[in-house]
Amino acid sequence: MRDVAVIGVGLTKFGELWDKSFRQLTAEAGSKAILDAGIGGKEIDALYVGTMSAGRFVGQEHVGALVADTSGFAFEHIPAIRVESACASGGVAVRQGCLSIASGMNDIVVVGGIEKMNDVGGTSATGTLVTAADQEWEAFFGATFPGIYAMLATRHMYDYGTTREQLAQVAVKNHANGALNPYAQFRKEISIETVLKATTVAYPLGLLDCSPVSDGAASIVLCAAEKAKKYTDKPIKIIGSGQASDTLALHARRDICTLESTVHAAKMAYKQANKTPKDIDVAEVHDCFTIAEICAIEDLGFVKKGEGGKAIDNKITTLDGSLPVNTSGGLKAKGHPVGATGVAQIVEIVQQLKGEAEKRQVPNVRIGLAHNVGGSGASCTVHIMEAM
Amino acid sequence: MYGSYHGGDVNMTDGGVARFWREIPQRYNFIGNRCGSCERVFFPPRESCPYCRRKSMGKMKETKLSGKGEVVTYTIIHVGPENFEEQIPYPIAIIKLEDGPQVTAQIVDCPLDEIKIGMKVESTFRRIQEDGYTGAIYYGYKFIKKRE
Amino acid sequence: MENIGIVSYGANIPRLRIKAEEIASVWGKDGDAISKGLGIHEKSVPAIDQDTATISVEAARAALRRCNINPQDIGAIYIGSESHPYAVKPTGTIVGDAIGATPDLMVADYEFACKAGTAAIQTCTAFVKADMIKYGLAIGADTSQAAPGDALEYSASAGGAAFIIGKQDVIATINYTCSFTTDTPDFWRRAERKYPSHAGRFTGAPAYFKHVTNCATNCMKIAGTKPEDYDYAIFHQPNAKFPVTVAKRLGFTFDQIKQGLVVPYIGNTYSGASLVGLASVLDVAKPGDRIFLTSYGSGAGSDGFDITVTEKIIELARKNAPTIAQMVDDKEYIDYGTYAKITDLLYWE
Repeated sequence: MRDVAVIGVGLTKFGELWDKSFRQLTAEAGSKAILDAGIGGKEIDALYVGTMSAGRFVGQEHVGALVADTSGFAFEHIPAIRVESACASGGVAVRQGCLSIASGMNDIVVVGGIEKMNDVGGTSATGTLVTAADQEWEAFFGATFPGIYAMLATRHMYDYGTTREQLAQVAVKNHANGALNPYAQFRKEISIETVLKATTVAYPLGLLDCSPVSDGAASIVLCAAEKAKKYTDKPIKIIGSGQASDTLALHARRDICTLESTVHAAKMAYKQANKTPKDIDVAEVHDCFTIAEICAIEDLGFVKKGEGGKAIDNKITTLDGSLPVNTSGGLKAKGHPVGATGVAQIVEIVQQLKGEAEKRQVPNVRIGLAHNVGGSGASCTVHIMEAM
Repeated sequence: MYGSYHGGDVNMTDGGVARFWREIPQRYNFIGNRCGSCERVFFPPRESCPYCRRKSMGKMKETKLSGKGEVVTYTIIHVGPENFEEQIPYPIAIIKLEDGPQVTAQIVDCPLDEIKIGMKVESTFRRIQEDGYTGAIYYGYKFIKKRE
Repeated sequence: MENIGIVSYGANIPRLRIKAEEIASVWGKDGDAISKGLGIHEKSVPAIDQDTATISVEAARAALRRCNINPQDIGAIYIGSESHPYAVKPTGTIVGDAIGATPDLMVADYEFACKAGTAAIQTCTAFVKADMIKYGLAIGADTSQAAPGDALEYSASAGGAAFIIGKQDVIATINYTCSFTTDTPDFWRRAERKYPSHAGRFTGAPAYFKHVTNCATNCMKIAGTKPEDYDYAIFHQPNAKFPVTVAKRLGFTFDQIKQGLVVPYIGNTYSGASLVGLASVLDVAKPGDRIFLTSYGSGAGSDGFDITVTEKIIELARKNAPTIAQMVDDKEYIDYGTYAKITDLLYWE
């Protein structure tokens, strides 16, 4: 199995992009990544596309073909594969791209993540998001997606004493980081009071504990590591890739407060990379809701189970902390165009490792981790990267 | 409910009732099944046991759960899906049934500030959803505080 | 009749209540006067997820919890209501599946205004007598609607009761039953219309009183009884005045009808009304008690019953389900705005 490296990245702004269609977002992110990598269309062996629900958001299936077409590759007849794993669609697409290169099948692939959520009304959008949960046994009975994570939060508060203030601090931190990110949906700092006073969405989560509905796209170019230096002098190697699944419904998990899919995907990635949680210098984790970030830093092994809230209190994960988490602003402030997120997380880590993160740059970073979750933890990917 | 492209007066599922009819035994009567190999109980019923896998295939036995259990965790939904808007704010909980499996369901007839983790509950028969004003009505389980 | 009668019973009354004075204040009326005039203080309101089917299922399940019969032995289900959830698709099949009585089961839904439930009891009794079924389930339940601002708004409420009829382990024998029926337009609801209409004072003498009085008199003649032979009497209760008046006219005392008079606290549960009254009596009845019941349904007709409580009532696990008194006391008040939202007053098609 060969090593895989990232040789180019591209991103659109994330937000309510009324002027941009699904196709325009695809083309924008894709072309940026390809230009960044300095590759030509004839060198691309395959396209991997992560999008959760183009069918329900824009009425379009057959998205692999659409992306190949929109990107101008219809007459190169490049194979295009659409991957779906709810909110982990992007991360799974990245992993599939990696596997195709590691196996020797492909040399260069482009991986894109796209979601256009604002072409439907808000009620339809939330109705579509909840298809990441168990439609028949959670959503049917009245559970919403924030409601499911809220139940996780209630239990986490009960088992470990995590507080609403700690949850709020996650949002505050991520907004502070987002303010430094020109591509973020929200670029304003917020205070704890604002978060605590926000309208309740599903107790104990309020509006500002929840990531927004967003449009956006992200794209990366993957290349066999042995050939990467031909294209860039700063390739970033993906030294570990892991993926795992778990029960679809939160109620069927063995421990409501532990995302076993994160634990296993991380284990896989650490093992392949021959690294431990202590080796990670910067991480993008899946903060679809503030509680999700707290669980993530526990399940990824950065802190012990139950101590996520304390870590937030001790400011371990702020931009100037010992392990900065979500320097991009996370899903919370950067935005969460569902399928794009997993790929956008890779973009942020790559920029950090290349020293190109501008105002968000963490000094002396060598190893970064990206963590992408589907639904309430039914699927998860973890990727670990290091500059070559 | 599930489709975003239908108006309020039309059956939103275009008359597609089969999937809701199939699950009447589950929604009305908590019919689950039990692994013939390890005896674990599952709800909803499964084709095979996730622990025993092939050893359990063809050996799953139908069983009726009692509908009694306790609250494991809960939330109060303030922003609800279309079909539940008239009920907000409403509690949703994960309930551990005494037979073993856990389910997600609404708690009713209980003041919101009295809901607690560990509260003993039992099931009650209520309207869950309807397919618009002209469509089928789907009945099923919700939970109330256990009667003494 | 041979020992055919009630084997078990159960009831369900929704928890929400609205006070008569709350309704009156919205319409600029004197709540106190209306309350006193009707004899109704408050009425039950169904929650947004309750309807005649859910009330019927809960009542039927309560009846089953109190006895030991196998639901598969129930051979017929008849549910009487003015508010079946579907105009076409029976409530009986929903209940049948929900209690595990399907598929070897006879089912049809009944309508005869407030007496559809007692008609169901008559039908089940006949099937049992003919040995066509082992047990029959008769239910009267409603989530009755009244036009906003109309007099009926103070009384139209929600609730129901279920009775398992059979020949074995009978806790109360149905000794005699008879009916008195004529075509009388005192109260009706046209198909496709949301709210009923009524003929004002015509609903009194030529309607309620004529049918209840005649039926009761005929029933006692057939049974060979007089009012003083009974420990309890239950009359249909659209308000508290009518049953008290008709009882007096027939020669019953207030003490006899007190236990079965629930309308002051929960309103008129229409098809559930006299049956909930009967359930209330069975909650406290002792072996040997004799019960007289006359229902009334607009349109119009009355069903009369002469019932004797047996020794078997001691064995019935009455504590396995809430009593009427417990359900009356288990309540939560709502205001008119909430009431309007729940009962769909805010939306007219």
